[in-house]
Amino acid sequence: MNNEAVALNSAEILEQENTNKTMFGFWLYLMTDCVLFAVLFATYAVLHKNTFGGPGGAEIFNMPYILVETMLLLTSSFTCGLAMLAVHKKQRKALLIALAITFGLGLAFLSMELFEFRHLVVEGNSWTRSAFLSSYFTLVGTHGLHITVGLFWLATLGYQIFKNGLKQHAVKRLGLFSLFWHFLDIIWIFIFTVVYLMGVS
Amino acid sequence: MLGKLTLDALKHDEIVMFGVFTMVGAGVLAIILLTYFKKWKWLWKEWITSLDPKKIGVMYILVALLMLFKGIFDTGLLRVQQATSVGSSQGILSADHFQQVFSAHGTIMIFFVAMGLMFGLINLVVPLQIGARDVAFPFLNSISFWLFFAGMMLVNISLAIGEFSAAGWLAYPPLSELAYSPGVGVDYWIWSLQIAGIGSLLSGVNFITTILRMRCPGMKLMRMPLFCWSVLGSMTLVVFAFPILTVTLALLALDRTFGMHFFTSTFGGNPMMYVNLIWAWGHPEVYILILPAFGVFSEIVATFSKKRLFGYKYMVYAIIAITILSYLVWLHHFFTMGAGSNVNSFFGIMTMIIAIPTGVKVFNWLFTMYRGRVWFATPMLWFLGFVFTFTIGGVTGVLMAVPPIDFQLHNSLFLVAHFHNMVIGGVVFGYLAALTYWFPKFFGFRLNETLGKYSFWFWIFGFAFAFLPLYALGIMGATRRLNHYDASQGWQQLFIVAAFGVLLIMIGIGFMVLQYIVSIIQRKKNIDNTGDPWDARNLEWSTASPVPFYNFAKTPIVRGRNAWWEMKQSKIRFDAPIEYDKIVLPKNTPFGFYIGMLALFFGFAVIWHILWLVIVCFLAIISLIVIRSNNDDTEYVVPGKVIEKIEKANRFKAQAS
Repeated sequence: MNNEAVALNSAEILEQENTNKTMFGFWLYLMTDCVLFAVLFATYAVLHKNTFGGPGGAEIFNMPYILVETMLLLTSSFTCGLAMLAVHKKQRKALLIALAITFGLGLAFLSMELFEFRHLVVEGNSWTRSAFLSSYFTLVGTHGLHITVGLFWLATLGYQIFKNGLKQHAVKRLGLFSLFWHFLDIIWIFIFTVVYLMGVS
Repeated sequence: MLGKLTLDALKHDEIVMFGVFTMVGAGVLAIILLTYFKKWKWLWKEWITSLDPKKIGVMYILVALLMLFKGIFDTGLLRVQQATSVGSSQGILSADHFQQVFSAHGTIMIFFVAMGLMFGLINLVVPLQIGARDVAFPFLNSISFWLFFAGMMLVNISLAIGEFSAAGWLAYPPLSELAYSPGVGVDYWIWSLQIAGIGSLLSGVNFITTILRMRCPGMKLMRMPLFCWSVLGSMTLVVFAFPILTVTLALLALDRTFGMHFFTSTFGGNPMMYVNLIWAWGHPEVYILILPAFGVFSEIVATFSKKRLFGYKYMVYAIIAITILSYLVWLHHFFTMGAGSNVNSFFGIMTMIIAIPTGVKVFNWLFTMYRGRVWFATPMLWFLGFVFTFTIGGVTGVLMAVPPIDFQLHNSLFLVAHFHNMVIGGVVFGYLAALTYWFPKFFGFRLNETLGKYSFWFWIFGFAFAFLPLYALGIMGATRRLNHYDASQGWQQLFIVAAFGVLLIMIGIGFMVLQYIVSIIQRKKNIDNTGDPWDARNLEWSTASPVPFYNFAKTPIVRGRNAWWEMKQSKIRFDAPIEYDKIVLPKNTPFGFYIGMLALFFGFAVIWHILWLVIVCFLAIISLIVIRSNNDDTEYVVPGKVIEKIEKANRFKAQAS
C-alpha cells in the first residue's frame, strides 16, 4: 500500500497523468463539437430544398473549384501528420517546416472558401436569399470559423516552438492541435459529400 | 458610436424603476461596505481570482441565491396580477410587462438559480467525494463560473437598460423573430443564455474528466458515492445537449442580426425546427437538473437512516437508464404540433417508460429508510417533502404523456403545475436539502435546525397552496401566461389561493435567510470540530471542517463503498502519516474573471449593435487566451511542514471536542 502511494507521487507519473487528462478532456470537447456540427447538418438537411424561388445547390456549386479546395485541406492533414512524426523523432526544423506548410495549405483553403462566399454574395445569392442559403452559409461557414481558430492556434504554437524549443507543454499542445485539425478534415469530408456531391447530383 | 443604444433605453414604469433602484442600491451598499471594511484586496485574492473549486462553488451558490430572490419577486408580481386582473380591472402590470416578467422568471429560475445551485454543489462536493484535491482543469472551471456570472449580469442589466424578452423562457419563433419582437429583449435573452451556456458546456467537460480520471486509488466506478454517479450522468447530458442549445441560439441570433431565414415564416424558414431543436436540448436539461438532486437524496437518506443505501447497483443502472432515455422523449413537449399519431405514440410510450427507473429510485430510498434508525433532521424533512411532491408531479406527468390527454392540457396551467411539481419538489428541495447537509463541511458550523424546519414547513404548505389550485384551473381551461380573464369564468378564488401560496413560500425563503443570519451569529453554539457532524458515510466527511484548501493531506485509499463509514468501523482514521508530502496546487489567476467580464461587454455590444466594442472584446478575449497559454508557471508547491501544522491543529481540535 505504501509503495502504491510513493509511486503516485513521483513527478513523472504525475506529468503523464496530466497529459492523459488533457487528452481525455480534449476528446470530450471534440465530441461536443461533433454534436454541434450534427445539429448544423440536420438543419441543412431540413432546409436544403427550401430555396424559395432562389437557386439550388446544383446551380451555384462549382465542383472542380471545390475539389481543389478539398485536396488542399486533405494535404494539410497529411503534412500535419508529418509534423507529428517529426515531434516523435525530435526534429525541430522538420517540424517547423511541416507546420509552416500546414499553415499555408489551411490559409489557402480558407481564402478559396471566402472567395467562393464573396462570389455567391456578389451574384445576389447571399444568406438572406433563402433558407437553403442561410443553412449553407452557416454550416460551411462554421467549419471555416473552426479552420480560422485552428490557424491562430497553429501560429501561436509555431511561435512557441520556434522561441522555446520542443518543451513538454508544446508537445502536448501539438498533440491536441493535430486531433483538432484531423477532426476538421473529417467534418469537411462530410460537408463535401452531403452539401456538395449530394447537392449537385 | 453606441449603436442602437439611446437614452430611451433608460425609461421605465414604476415597478421596473423600483427593481432597478433596489439592485443598484444593493450594489452601491456592497461597494460602500467593502471599502469601509477594507475588504477589496480580500475579495480579489481570496475569491475573484481563486481557482479553488470550494471557493468557486460558494460563489455559484451565492449568485444562485441572489437570483432566487429576483425570481421569487417576479413570481409575486405574476400571481398578484392574476389574482386582481379580472373583468374590468386590469391589474398591476401592462400586458407587455407581464410577458417580460414571466419570461424573466423562467429564464432566471432555470439558468441562474437551478443551474447555479447545481454547479455550486458539484464544485464543492465532487472532488472531495472522489478523494481528489482539485478538478481536472481548474482554470477552465474559473472561466465557466465567470461566464455564468456574465450571463446572469446581462439578464439583470436588461431590467435597467432596455427591456427583456417578452417571448417566454424558450422564445419560440416566429414571435421571437425580428418581425414580431423588434426590440432588444430577445437579444438579451439569446446572449445571456449563450454566454452562460458555453460556461456550462465547459463545466460538463471538466467534471466528466474529473470523475473519470481523478478518483483516488481503490475508488472503482462501482464504489463511487451515488452523488458522483448522478453528476456523471448529468454532465454526460450537458456535453451532448448543450451544443444543441449553442447552435439553436446562434441560428436565432443569425436570423435576427444578419437577416437569415432559419426560423422565419417566409423565405423557406421553418419555425417548427426551432421547437424541435430547443427541446432536444430542453428535455435533457430537465434531467441535467434533477439527476444531481437524486444523488443528493441518495446521500442524505443513507446518512440519516444510518444504513447503507438499498440497491446501490440498481440506483446506478437507473441513473444510466434515465440518462439515455431522456434523449428520446423531447417530442412530448409538442404533441399538438401534428407529427402524426405514430410519432406521438412512440414519444408517449418512451415518456411513460422513463417513469420506471425514476420509480425504482423512489422505492429504493424508501427501502433504505425501512427499519433504519431515522434521524429527522432538516435535510431528511426536505427528502420526505420531495417524495410527496415529486410523486404527484410524476403521476400528472405520466398523465400528460398520453397524447390525447395532452391535447386537452397542452399549454394550460395544469402543465405549469406539473413542471413546478417536478422542479420545485425535485430540484429545489434537493438542492436546499444539500445546502443544509453540506454547509457544516465548508463553514465549520451547522445551520440552525429550528429555523430550517420552519422554512421547510412554509415551503411545503406554500407549495401545496400555490400549485394544487393550478391543476384545477388548468382542467377548467385556464391557459398559461394569462394576464387577464373574464369574471364569469369563476377562476378568481383559485388564483387568490395560489397567490396566498406564493406568500407562504416567500415566508419560507424569509426563514431561510433568517436561518443563515442566526446561524452565523450563533456559530460557536453549533460548531463542528469533528468534521463529521452527521455521522455520515462518504469521503468528504473524513477531512476537517472547514475543509483545508488542499482537501486531503494524504490521498485516501478506498477499499469499498461508503469509504468513510468503513474507515470509522476499522478505526484507521487516526493513524496519521509519519511524514507529510508536499502538495502541488494551481496558482490564483485573474484571467478567468477578465474573460468573463469581456464576454459580458461582448454580449452587451452585440445586443446593442456597438460594432467597435464587439471587435475590441473579441480580440481581447483571444489575446488573453494566447497570453495565458504562453504562461507555463501556473502551479505552486505547499511544503509538507505547512500541511503537518494545519493537520495537527485540526486533529487537536477534533480530540478536544
